[in-house]
Amino acid sequence: MKRLMSGNEAIARGAYEAGVTVAAAYPGTPSTEILENIIEYKDCIYSEWAPNEKVAAEVAIGASIGGARSLAAMKHVGVNVAADPIFTYAYLGVNGGFVLVSADDPSMHSSQNEQDNRYYAKFAKMAMVEPSDSQECKDFLKEAYRVSEKYDTPILFRVTTRICHSKSIVELGEREDVEVKPYVKNIPKYVAAPANAKLAHARVEKRLLELEEYSNQSPLNRIEYNNKKIGIISSGIAYQYAKEVFGEDASYLKLGFTYPLPMKLIKEFSENVEELYVIEELEPYIEEQIKAAGIKCIGKEVIPKLYELNPEIIAKAILGKTYESKTLDVEVVPRPPVLCPGCPHRGFFYTMSKKKNRVITGDIGCYTLGANQPLEAMDTCICMGAGFSAGMGISKAFEVSGKKDKVFGVVGDSTFFHSGITGAIDIVYNKGNMVPVVLDNRITGMTGHQENPGTGRTLMGEPTTEIDVVEVLKAIGYKTVKVVDPCDLKAMENTVKEAEEATEPYAIVTKRPCVLIKGLPAPKNKCIVDRDKCKKCRMCLKVGCPAVFFKDGKSYIEQSMCVGCEVCMQVCKFDAIGRVGE
Amino acid sequence: MPLEGLVNKMNSVKNILLVGVGGQGTILVSKVLTAGLMKAGYDVKMSEVHGMAQRGGSVTTQVRYGEKVYSPLIGKGMADILVAFEKMEAVRWIDYLKPDGIVVVNNYEIPSMPIATGKAEYPHGILESLKDNFKTIVIDAAQAATEIGNIKTQNIVLLGALVKAFNLTEVDWIEVLRETITEKMLDINIKAFNRGMEL
Repeated sequence: MKRLMSGNEAIARGAYEAGVTVAAAYPGTPSTEILENIIEYKDCIYSEWAPNEKVAAEVAIGASIGGARSLAAMKHVGVNVAADPIFTYAYLGVNGGFVLVSADDPSMHSSQNEQDNRYYAKFAKMAMVEPSDSQECKDFLKEAYRVSEKYDTPILFRVTTRICHSKSIVELGEREDVEVKPYVKNIPKYVAAPANAKLAHARVEKRLLELEEYSNQSPLNRIEYNNKKIGIISSGIAYQYAKEVFGEDASYLKLGFTYPLPMKLIKEFSENVEELYVIEELEPYIEEQIKAAGIKCIGKEVIPKLYELNPEIIAKAILGKTYESKTLDVEVVPRPPVLCPGCPHRGFFYTMSKKKNRVITGDIGCYTLGANQPLEAMDTCICMGAGFSAGMGISKAFEVSGKKDKVFGVVGDSTFFHSGITGAIDIVYNKGNMVPVVLDNRITGMTGHQENPGTGRTLMGEPTTEIDVVEVLKAIGYKTVKVVDPCDLKAMENTVKEAEEATEPYAIVTKRPCVLIKGLPAPKNKCIVDRDKCKKCRMCLKVGCPAVFFKDGKSYIEQSMCVGCEVCMQVCKFDAIGRVGE
Repeated sequence: MPLEGLVNKMNSVKNILLVGVGGQGTILVSKVLTAGLMKAGYDVKMSEVHGMAQRGGSVTTQVRYGEKVYSPLIGKGMADILVAFEKMEAVRWIDYLKPDGIVVVNNYEIPSMPIATGKAEYPHGILESLKDNFKTIVIDAAQAATEIGNIKTQNIVLLGALVKAFNLTEVDWIEVLRETITEKMLDINIKAFNRGMEL
């Protein structure tokens, strides 16, 4: 049977066909839909949203030790969080096959950096597989599990946004009948104490030599000889772009198993073509190793290192060919992403934006948009959890320089469970002059609404213990944990004031569900501008709601977008905004 | 340069570029479109964006079909048809269109945040400029959708307009809609599609 599938759907299908029985992940674009599709196979695969990527990797590692074929999936920066267990598991080796899916985001469509995670394979000394379309996502994953078990190695399965989120046609297969292997206690193998680790490292080096032999023979690496004037070595999505541009007018060494690289095959290919190009997205990962082996090739001299590639970029870089196109003599205004109409974060950030010199350390999520105009109520955004801990550092820098201002640190509910808790502990333990704020919208928002430890439901749809953010903060030692509806601007303002004046540890939890959660009651009313009363003061525009804008010289609220949160209504000093539909 | 003799093989593949604002339903259109093209026996690839960019930002979806498609992604000057769900977005992505390509543009404005806050003005003269430079089809999808009874069906009105403009009538689109859209929303979307075909 053939189906049009995204790479993420195909990875989920591949896990099913490969006989995977345990899968864990933390949501992150572009990886999220892998686990969301694995639940389609919940009769035979246990799957979970872990609180963070490190936990997800450890759960999958444990499952592998326990004998199951297991999978952990995360976005590229999530692998940084999970790096600790991954590096050591590469020493220990597997029982059931283990695959870590790293979904990189060239061009940073939804990320804070565009790190090239192929270096993780080399760094951690684990084998790497790179598919170039949805069919390969499925088929290569099955081969990855065979390699993992045969060579006793974890596998880094590296994909990118255009693999994850592009759809192409996939021929489906049957599920392989793979039994969970018996668990046998094996202290020298699975206890990474120094004496055992020393021996393990020697095993790893030997394994890499064997894997290079495999790489030279692997069905995942293949040569396509056509016109031999140009030879192209490529992997992942870049292969598809190259093929689109050159078709049969070039020969290809198409790499799907990219660590260790098949150096014999590369040498053979290089000797059979006149001019050798390496076409890869982001870093010169393959090119460096080819050049280090003394083989002449052209790569990043012409192919950009920044952002994602496409056929047009490759045609221009290598052939000097440009596609004709026209631009218009019309000035286009930027369209940055914005908080949705009715977003509960708006009331909080609007309140914070009123005092311009307040320092607010932010984090990763929809609420990062609080940094955008017109709110601009965020000073930093680094990584998951830094909203609290980087704020702690700033507060200490202020403290030593005699500055008394309190810093506000912001994380979402899912981020709080991910790695906000440790920062919250640090603030109490080391007496930070700061206020942690959890923006609890009852869901993991930006990635498209995944359950988390605070929602009372698991990925597999079962009801479970709902972990209470307020009780956790109290247990940590916050004397006051103020729960406030962020859309009630007066209450929000009072809470912030009280927090600034507090002499003991004080935390804020803003609580109001994301407006996009399905099944919430429909808004009772919408807001509308009384154009006679509008004095054109533009105060309502300062809340940064996409439904509110100027039309024909006065404020206007687009009724098809408004959800009646009434934040704009509260900032209008002339009572020009009222309710309709009550 | 030794490579000059190379022939571009992209000509047999058709490229559709859908652009709009996050939340306008471009993804549903591409879902219907790809299902229909696959049914017609084409190799199909589609690429879209998720996550941050979807929050009211500028979004694009690319659909490519033909005998054999390699890249899911196109670059500048490669699209055969540009369907803009919002007027200003047509201008933003116009350099992705071939000079002899077709523009289907929704005569509908969504002010972006700099416009909403008064820092910038919504550009004037978009439709005139498009018409002066390209084969342009202007669709009042919002009006059509409102008349049908649900403003949110603008996207399917535009799908109808695209099918007509690009002459994709070899596919039974009503059947495809039946297979891809939930029962509750089916009738109104069939109406929207037919209306788009008539405009």
